[in-house]
Amino acid sequence: MKRFTLFLALFIIWLLLVYNRPYDTVAFKQNLFIGFLVSLFIGIYLGDLIPERVYKFYSPVRIFNFLIYLPVFFWYVILANLDVAYRVLHPRLPIRPGIVKVKTKIKSDTGRVALANSITLTPGTLSVDMEGDTIFVHWIYVRSEDVEEATKIIVERFERYLMKIFD
Amino acid sequence: MREMIAFILMGIGVAFNLLGCIGLIRLPDLYNRLQASTKCVTLGTIFIMAGVLVYSGWNGVGIKALLTLVFILITAPTAAHALARGAHKSGVKLWEKSVCDKYEEEKK
Amino acid sequence: MIMTIFVYIYILLLACFLCLYRIGRGPTAPDRTVAIDILGILVVGFCGFLSVLTGRDFYMNVAISWALLSFIGTLALAKYLEGKGFDE
Repeated sequence: MKRFTLFLALFIIWLLLVYNRPYDTVAFKQNLFIGFLVSLFIGIYLGDLIPERVYKFYSPVRIFNFLIYLPVFFWYVILANLDVAYRVLHPRLPIRPGIVKVKTKIKSDTGRVALANSITLTPGTLSVDMEGDTIFVHWIYVRSEDVEEATKIIVERFERYLMKIFD
Repeated sequence: MREMIAFILMGIGVAFNLLGCIGLIRLPDLYNRLQASTKCVTLGTIFIMAGVLVYSGWNGVGIKALLTLVFILITAPTAAHALARGAHKSGVKLWEKSVCDKYEEEKK
Repeated sequence: MIMTIFVYIYILLLACFLCLYRIGRGPTAPDRTVAIDILGILVVGFCGFLSVLTGRDFYMNVAISWALLSFIGTLALAKYLEGKGFDE
């Protein structure tokens, strides 16, 4: 299953890369054949590298939740950029930086990576390191040094969406 | 009409890129600079690629722009995370007016 | 209409020079690394503009491979800063 998923992903990316109208040329068929062989080879040999239980991502409910999560995520990314623009252009630099500690309830590794990446792209926060369920977050304007309160502000706006996708 | 939308998207992207680089110059320490520049430059480049996609339509160029967009969206935060961790482990201090450093306390 | 692209390219060039200022000035090695990472992403946007301007598609191939290589280079620099081997 893992190997088949990797093969499918690689082959789809290859098809997008060689996309070219018209389809019935010799060059297109050659591209298709070579791409199929190479993705099969890589899929069989390196299939062990991708996460366990990858079959979870074939379920339509999770894909639907992911599609719900995307607009929320983009809204926070745009907010983050306006926030940065305000802080950079302000003459007195209104920043109060520090590294705080937050906890997450997400169990799976892929979910935690997605959470860390989301934290990095959203207002005023940058994930520095992760140990188990603890994430260290650099915050450009520290509003609270307490673990509980920082978790409430930083993590919870994504956690309920990501829990539905990855757990 | 389609060209107008494409040029507006590209303009937003270029403006965010410039803001990110101004942040790179103005902010005082490495972590703040990493925050400002990673966010702004990632979103700016995503907007530029979306503009290229709208401008050229669904052909070879547009699809490659879409792939680049997804790729940058995944890799840029990861690179920033790796850089911040490496810098902290190599002993880069926070700005002297910083409030707290829980990570330093944890490492001891 | 196509002149707009030239204006955008000049603004992007200004942003690249701000990055170069930080690379030349930045007091320590990690500061320079951050600026190099950002410069790599800026060049990807540049390739997109060149592709629109000239109407050729191989600039997008350059953009994809530049994004990949810049990411791997940044990871290597981060590992170097951390002071560990690459096999960890």
